[in-house]
Amino acid sequence: MVMMERQLSAQAAAPLLSVQGLSRYYGARIGCKDVSFDLYPGEVMGIVGESGSGKSTLLSCLAGHQRPDAGGLSYNGVDVLALSEAERRRLLRSDWAYVHQNPRDGLRMGVSAGGNVGERLMAVGARHYGQIRDTATDWLGRVEIAAERIDDRPSAFSGGMQQRLQIARNLVTAPKLVFMDEPTGGLDVSVQARLLDLLRGLVRDLGLSVVIVTHDLAVVRLLADRLMVMKSGHVVEAGLTDQVLDDPQHAYTQLLVSSVLQV
Amino acid sequence: MTDQAYNFAYLDEQTKRMLRRALLKALAVPGYQVPFASREMPMPYGWGTGGVQVTAACLTPVDRLKVIDQGADDTTNAVSIRRFFQRTSGVAVTEATAEATIIQTRHRIPEQPLSEGQILVYQVPIPEPLRFLEPRETETRKMHELEEYGLMHVKLYEDIARHGEVSTAYAYPVKVEGRYVMDPSPIPKFDNPKLNDSPAIQLFGAGRECRIYALPPFTKVVSLDFDDHPFQASKAEHNCDLCGCGTSYLDEVITDDQGSRMFVCSDTDFCATRQAEGHRGRLSPEAA
Ligand SMILES: Nc1ncnc2c1ncn2[C@@H]1O[C@H](COP(=O)(O)OP(=O)(O)OP(=O)(O)O)[C@@H](O)[C@H]1O
Ligand SMILES: [Mg+2]
Repeated sequence: MVMMERQLSAQAAAPLLSVQGLSRYYGARIGCKDVSFDLYPGEVMGIVGESGSGKSTLLSCLAGHQRPDAGGLSYNGVDVLALSEAERRRLLRSDWAYVHQNPRDGLRMGVSAGGNVGERLMAVGARHYGQIRDTATDWLGRVEIAAERIDDRPSAFSGGMQQRLQIARNLVTAPKLVFMDEPTGGLDVSVQARLLDLLRGLVRDLGLSVVIVTHDLAVVRLLADRLMVMKSGHVVEAGLTDQVLDDPQHAYTQLLVSSVLQV
Repeated sequence: MTDQAYNFAYLDEQTKRMLRRALLKALAVPGYQVPFASREMPMPYGWGTGGVQVTAACLTPVDRLKVIDQGADDTTNAVSIRRFFQRTSGVAVTEATAEATIIQTRHRIPEQPLSEGQILVYQVPIPEPLRFLEPRETETRKMHELEEYGLMHVKLYEDIARHGEVSTAYAYPVKVEGRYVMDPSPIPKFDNPKLNDSPAIQLFGAGRECRIYALPPFTKVVSLDFDDHPFQASKAEHNCDLCGCGTSYLDEVITDDQGSRMFVCSDTDFCATRQAEGHRGRLSPEAA
């Protein structure tokens, strides 16, 4: 019900991210092909599919880490693919954020937790040490890391803490759009559950728009308003999460849903 | 006496032309690291081959050369570079800062203010100020290009978080004309203010890394800091024990095995000049 309302109010606004016919090839092999969707402010889009189905390829094209071979991509009405590299990188460190599956890819392992969280602030011009530190302390609290760990390096953190630190580091500049590639992958089940709760709270409190890749249907059930199912680089089914999961239309989605239920 | 086996100042004219082109480009884009084809020099890299090549490219027969290492004219490094240029170019040499037209230096800027027409050549071991946090050269070049310098402040942040203050005492990073972040070579941060608005031409040569960069006269050079932790050009809280100077950069010298110490100006020419003028310090011989 809540989701329905959110959906309705979101639809009234213009899309935050608009994707048209996006394709990316690796030589002759398809990475992802002809993907189109709109993401509205405050909406969470889940992307599921088996290994090799093109989820990460699509996400990295959306986030500007790879250039698509065909298709269009606009953010807030701006043609992202036409931006200069300087403008694109500015977007990446202010309005957008990217949470990697492996926290080592998204953190500076040689820099303290506080420095990791503060980096994006300094990158956009913060020059007051005391304020940077206060903000970092606040954010560590929000991701349930004790304030006294602020000067520890991430290498001294558990996998779950590292992932939460990566999330804090990304959200500290209040981005509008967050890309996440398997943010709960590689963590054990109890840690996953806690991280999911935390993510759900942050997404709701901050009104974030999110594109999240996973092959865990429990993750999308909990987080995603809408869902896209990918197979062999194509989107084979898309719709409201509950509808897709409760009444899958495509044979592949049926298999995916039933295979999870069997486990 | 000039050694006739070599071209003037050792390098051939072709190489000097290449170096001068790099220098002109560096002067045109203050603080930007210009790649150049570094040559083998008859001395090891740690001895300032970058500085030596820059000096060789600038030297003319009417120049008067001064070479200092840590402020001193008489260390092995300084003496051998000075001899090298005496032998290969026959130019006049001096220890007096004011009389020199070219000063090659390692780790210091002379105390005596430089004047228009002088050239200060720095020996640089690591030209890239972003190296310590971002080892990928492709990425650091991109960061310079796009002015993405947030990482420099991460380094300063880490300093303060760990030590309560910015503990970087040498090679303290600066921003040049509001554009490029630059490593001023391992001079003490005490010297950083002298980089700013200097009437002299300042040239930086990194031999091993094949980079040249420069500050033309009267360039704005600002040391990076935080609003609530402003940059401070610190020095030892002492006066020179030989000349009594309270404002020069001091070296601490252990004088016996009981742990007695003295503080002396690191700039030997400056200190000797003051002593000759009659200035006295705590440990000066009583009878002059
Ligand atoms: N760098 C690359 N070079 C060549 N082919 C690639 C590259 N990256 C991905 N591919 C191919 O593109 C297709 C999609 O891969 P992608 O990594 O996007 O899948 P995925 O859905 O993220 O898989 P997983 O769930 O295992 O992470 C696969 O066939 C893969 O082999
Ligand atoms: Mg993937």
